[in-house]
Amino acid sequence: MFESKSGVFFVAGLAFFGFAFLSNALVPAMMYRDLPEKTVEELVNPNLRYQFEDLAQRYPESFKKVYGTPPEETGARSEWYDTKIAEALRLGRKVYVGEACWHCHSQFVRPVSNEDLRWGPVSTSGEYQNELQRPVMFGTRRVGPDLCREGGRRSNDWHAVHFFKPTDLSEGSPMPQYPWFFDGSPDKPNDRGLAIITYIQWLGSWLESYPYYEDFVKSPVAEISLEGDAAE
Amino acid sequence: MADENSKTDESTPATLPTHEELVDERLVAWYFLAALAYLFISMSGGFLMAFQLIKHNPLNGIEIFSPGRWRMVHTNAIAYGFLANAFLGMLHWVIPRLTLRPVLDRRLSLFIFCAWQFVVVATAVGLLLGQAQGLEWGETPVWIDPVAQLGLLLVAINFMAPIMKQKGPMYVTLWYFVAAFIWTFLTYAMGNFVPEYFVSGSSAGAVGGLFIHDLVGLFVTPLGWGMMYYFVPILLKKPIWSHGLSLVGFWGLAFFYPLQGIHHFLYTPIPMFLQYGAIMSTIAVELVVLTVVINFFGTLWGDGRQFWDNLPIRWFYTGMVYYFLTCLQCSLQVTLTFQALIHFTDWVVGHAHLVMFGVFSMWLLGVMTYLFPRLLKQEWYSQTLCEWHYWLSAGGMLVMASDLILGGLFQGWSWAALQPWDASVEISQPFWAVRVVSGLAIFGGQLAFVYNLYKTWQLSRVRLS
Repeated sequence: MFESKSGVFFVAGLAFFGFAFLSNALVPAMMYRDLPEKTVEELVNPNLRYQFEDLAQRYPESFKKVYGTPPEETGARSEWYDTKIAEALRLGRKVYVGEACWHCHSQFVRPVSNEDLRWGPVSTSGEYQNELQRPVMFGTRRVGPDLCREGGRRSNDWHAVHFFKPTDLSEGSPMPQYPWFFDGSPDKPNDRGLAIITYIQWLGSWLESYPYYEDFVKSPVAEISLEGDAAE
Repeated sequence: MADENSKTDESTPATLPTHEELVDERLVAWYFLAALAYLFISMSGGFLMAFQLIKHNPLNGIEIFSPGRWRMVHTNAIAYGFLANAFLGMLHWVIPRLTLRPVLDRRLSLFIFCAWQFVVVATAVGLLLGQAQGLEWGETPVWIDPVAQLGLLLVAINFMAPIMKQKGPMYVTLWYFVAAFIWTFLTYAMGNFVPEYFVSGSSAGAVGGLFIHDLVGLFVTPLGWGMMYYFVPILLKKPIWSHGLSLVGFWGLAFFYPLQGIHHFLYTPIPMFLQYGAIMSTIAVELVVLTVVINFFGTLWGDGRQFWDNLPIRWFYTGMVYYFLTCLQCSLQVTLTFQALIHFTDWVVGHAHLVMFGVFSMWLLGVMTYLFPRLLKQEWYSQTLCEWHYWLSAGGMLVMASDLILGGLFQGWSWAALQPWDASVEISQPFWAVRVVSGLAIFGGQLAFVYNLYKTWQLSRVRLS
């Protein structure tokens, strides 16, 4: 068996590989089968909505060019925003992957090395059971900081300027410039610019402690929408 | 071993086929040339990122030269462009000569060659256009994955044909090759399709970890060791020291290697007992590796002079020393104690370079150093340039790996001490600068090799005319 074709093929090739796949891949998949995968639409939350509407106000022209004008009527307007956020998140993830952001920024906080002091609560499984983590964006290298608690930590215009030319805001940053997210200047983000900022603002927006670092005023968006719906 | 084979192997032809009937030398040369071309593309990508990190990237802000995209070209070109092509060239030499039978079909070989170049070029173009897949070492855009999968299947069929016709026990090299064909196919399928279409989150992380690890452990490693078991005895003109240790090495690797993927994601939300399992099987495989390395040094024993006099042997054994070092490093860094400090740092980047260049690329460059004179029927134009190639590659690699490993420690300590993030970037600068210099040394070595190859080819043309 140890030196024969069939031994090598079936035992080493198929059986050992199969055993490893079973124990290392199917076991976690089975363990999380009760934790259903959320769609992007289900990921939209009031914190993120607040940031997205902020984008609409800060960059009205760019926003209109990419997403059009929201309907006047409150209920439809709310739904319209949520749809556009989902669209932005999908494209944002594509940009995040395509530009290899994930090769210099991780997306998980470990329970060691004082990481919870630096970034916030340690990551849990539930946070990753969604469409935008397929494949998961854990990352394996941190040239820049972890990003999974980044949402709400900095303003949209900070991100816009930073993407355009990182050294303008953090002197000494080795991060490359991404002028192709903009139509010429940082106040004119294009579809990719708006999408990647939305994606970054989404990271950690689901947490109760959001945002972990700065003074935080609870997003009024959820209540406003509810009042609007009630009035109809 | 060889005698035993000829007794049991009744299907061996009565008269031995000639080398020309067995080996398509032109194809071997083409594969090697393609591999070298991608080696240069990969190194260019590495430089772009390296210069970006020391803030001297002259192409900053140009979309098509984005260091992030080129960083993915860097790893993919080395895995699928350099290593895969060089291995395929080597397989077209080794398998027919070892089995005394040609591959299934020469036209199929030619088709695979073209198809594989298409896969690699399409991957590079896709990555540069920003279409990467979110899977480390598998960033190949999703639409190319099925084509690559088909290519791997055809490769397996083409090479398995001569192996299947052999009867009786196989030589060590073929254990590794047969296993590699099936593992590579399965690994590629698992990594590129499961976390993309079937599972998300932590489970996708577990599969992604398996993929990263299996690509090295079940595609590159078995092809590499199979190659060593073939070339080392031929060059030293004596059999492998211990057949028993060969058995331990292969079966130990086959059992423990596939179980380790999750060690790439320690301290993630992946269940802790799976992390412990991955750590233990990793430490187990390091012991197995030790037996393999002992076996090869046992083979060299008494012929130590060959290390200095025989250049391919020097390439091989330097790679093996690096292999031992990288595995020793691995058995330390895989522990949770080390992980807390060095995960996410340049320590890991140093480790990856030591494995992919210091071991497997060096072995393949050694094989090329040995085979090109045979393919061109012409001795090397300059032995001195061959020496330069070796010393710049081996020396540059040693400096790069030590530098990055050390730099990683400083980064880890800086983070744990809750220094401002910028401080960790600041202290990395000298290490990143040294990395560029060591990279330039390696680049210079490869330039010497390519120039030497060009002059040798010229000489071979002159002789023919």
